Amino acid sequence: MKIYRIHALICAGAQCIAAGGNGFEEALKNELKKHNIEEEVSVVETGCMGACQLGPLLVVYPEGIMYTNVEAKDAKEIVEEHFLKGRPVKRLMWKKEGEEEFPELKDIPFFAKQTKIVLRNCGLINPEDINEYIARDGYKALAKAVAEMEPKDVIDVVKESGLRGRGGAGFPTGLKWSFAANQDSEEKYIICNADEGDPGAYMDRSILEGDPHSVIEGMMITGYAIGSSVGYIYVRAEYPLAVRRLKMAIKQAKQAGLLGKNIFGTNFSFDMVLMMGAGAFVCGEETALINSIEGKRGEPRKKPPFPAISGLFGKPTIINNVETLANLPVIVDKGAKFFKQFGTEKSPGTKVFALAGNVNISGLVEVPMGTSLRKIVFDIGGGIPEGHTFKGALTGGPSGGVIPMEFIDTPVDYESLPDLGTIMGSGGLIIMDERSCMVDVAKFFLKFTVDESCGKCVPCREGTRQMLKILERITLGRGREEDIDRLEKMGELIKLTALCGLGQTAPNPVLSTLKYFKEEYLAHIIDKKCPAGVCQFSALKEGRKKHEAKIAH
Amino acid sequence: MEKTKYPQVEMEIRKWGSKPSSLIQVLHGVQEGVGYLSQNVLKYTAERLNVPLSKVYGVVTFYNFFKTQKDADHIIMICMGTACYVKNGEEVVKAIENYLSIKLGEKTSDGKFSLQIVRCLGACGLAPVISIDGDDVYGKLTPEKAVEVIKRYQ
Repeated sequence: MKIYRIHALICAGAQCIAAGGNGFEEALKNELKKHNIEEEVSVVETGCMGACQLGPLLVVYPEGIMYTNVEAKDAKEIVEEHFLKGRPVKRLMWKKEGEEEFPELKDIPFFAKQTKIVLRNCGLINPEDINEYIARDGYKALAKAVAEMEPKDVIDVVKESGLRGRGGAGFPTGLKWSFAANQDSEEKYIICNADEGDPGAYMDRSILEGDPHSVIEGMMITGYAIGSSVGYIYVRAEYPLAVRRLKMAIKQAKQAGLLGKNIFGTNFSFDMVLMMGAGAFVCGEETALINSIEGKRGEPRKKPPFPAISGLFGKPTIINNVETLANLPVIVDKGAKFFKQFGTEKSPGTKVFALAGNVNISGLVEVPMGTSLRKIVFDIGGGIPEGHTFKGALTGGPSGGVIPMEFIDTPVDYESLPDLGTIMGSGGLIIMDERSCMVDVAKFFLKFTVDESCGKCVPCREGTRQMLKILERITLGRGREEDIDRLEKMGELIKLTALCGLGQTAPNPVLSTLKYFKEEYLAHIIDKKCPAGVCQFSALKEGRKKHEAKIAH
Repeated sequence: MEKTKYPQVEMEIRKWGSKPSSLIQVLHGVQEGVGYLSQNVLKYTAERLNVPLSKVYGVVTFYNFFKTQKDADHIIMICMGTACYVKNGEEVVKAIENYLSIKLGEKTSDGKFSLQIVRCLGACGLAPVISIDGDDVYGKLTPEKAVEVIKRYQ
């Protein structure tokens, strides 16, 4: 093996590429060539490093120095000063508030305060090279499972670890598996739900792009545990890079003999099919997703029967989210005890959040379950941009709600968030300051739901539409006092009667903003004012003019 | 209908198999190659996969991704995910609408640009974001910057 003096890790996550990462890499390689040190420096394209807002990112080892916002023109200075003379380019290093730079990656609070299990390889290895994954204990858990463990043992370990589905609902993964394992069927299926639909979340995208093999290994472990030999990955068509890297990873795993027939010389065989979604939010719901894989309209089915009993093509089917699957190799390899030392008693492990919105450092963060929102927003995310104040955090996307300032110390886990009227969701975390209007936010999400409602059941199709009409009226200054009561009643009714999980949670953004920001709704309705200055009441004025003109006649 | 008439459909069917469950993946492949799904292509696909044409239409109209008409040369997708919304994505929409003199969902009269909204491109750290022709993503936009980006494609 070749030994390099320096490793230069360039983030090749979708966001860093979009921010211009490609141009820098070429410039860096040219500089290395010019100075004839190509043999001494290894340039590696990695998956998402997390600090997406500051991209393109470059990390140089052995020192562990992180450069942010690098451009092609910076390559010369980095090579000549840092690589040749050993003097890091301070100008480009991650700065503390007072202009002083952090010496190393591990000193930067954004990274130091995270705990990485799911993202263990993201930003460290080249996702397009299976050998780098294997060097980081990749496929070791699969080998252990198929060679040393009975399927039942695998289920027991996962049950004991307390792992809960990371897609949003938090159902215990091991328990779900046991339902399918107990079914007596020749054929069973595994589906990886990579139809990340929450607008404002990209955890799954980063995992697929940064460490695709961890998801493939997780699926195979699941397959072994429940007795399935076919896995489907259903991925959003909006994620072309993730699709490309998954294809590549599947091919490499097949070539390496890790995927296919008689894996590790055992009787266990597994095959994988990659399927693309077609831009329907509702397909993130598991039964709708099954319909979509079957080539049909993505409308949810009624439950029961649950997919674990009768799912894809009527066979027992386990659907797990990307992040859930990426946890599995660690649990099987290191054991339930290791996993349980992170997080809370009822929600063990970690959670990845896509931190975005009005926060200083937006990006991908992984923290133990039960970490307070304050720590995530202020310690890791660096707080709110100067001159503004925290107003609320949105979790769970269109199915979730707002957490206001007074609850910022609540531990973020599957138990605490529903008490506040929101849900954990898949991990989207949008921070808002005083410039956001809560009525407008509720309207934004409801509009999303109305657009994306599949139309199968009446409460979701018609109910959300009526709620949206009321909200539109309020944001135009034409709201009535009884509207608040009406919104609450309709919201509760939709929660009780909609067919699928997405419909049942659709009123959450409205109900939660009503709960914590009722005075803002009242300001719109009674004072005809938008405290945040977002809603324009010009239509109202025109309406009034017309009305007055009529009276004058 | 002659088989050779739609080689793209045949190619996809070879990949996914001639069964009803292949429908979405076959349509994906054909659209990627041809750009859109014409009525004849849909009829042919329906026959080959043994799915009623009404069901094929049902699927094509259900999913946002499928197009039944030829699209513009450049497809501008404006992200309206939550992060882009919180970071004033609306302003970017307005600027582009004004610059091209079209509304969301429309095509310019010269057929050069079409304007669509997409629900999250998953690049929230760079919000507000637009993507052009699927692969090129531009982030941290202001209304002015967005117009500059579009000018590059003219």
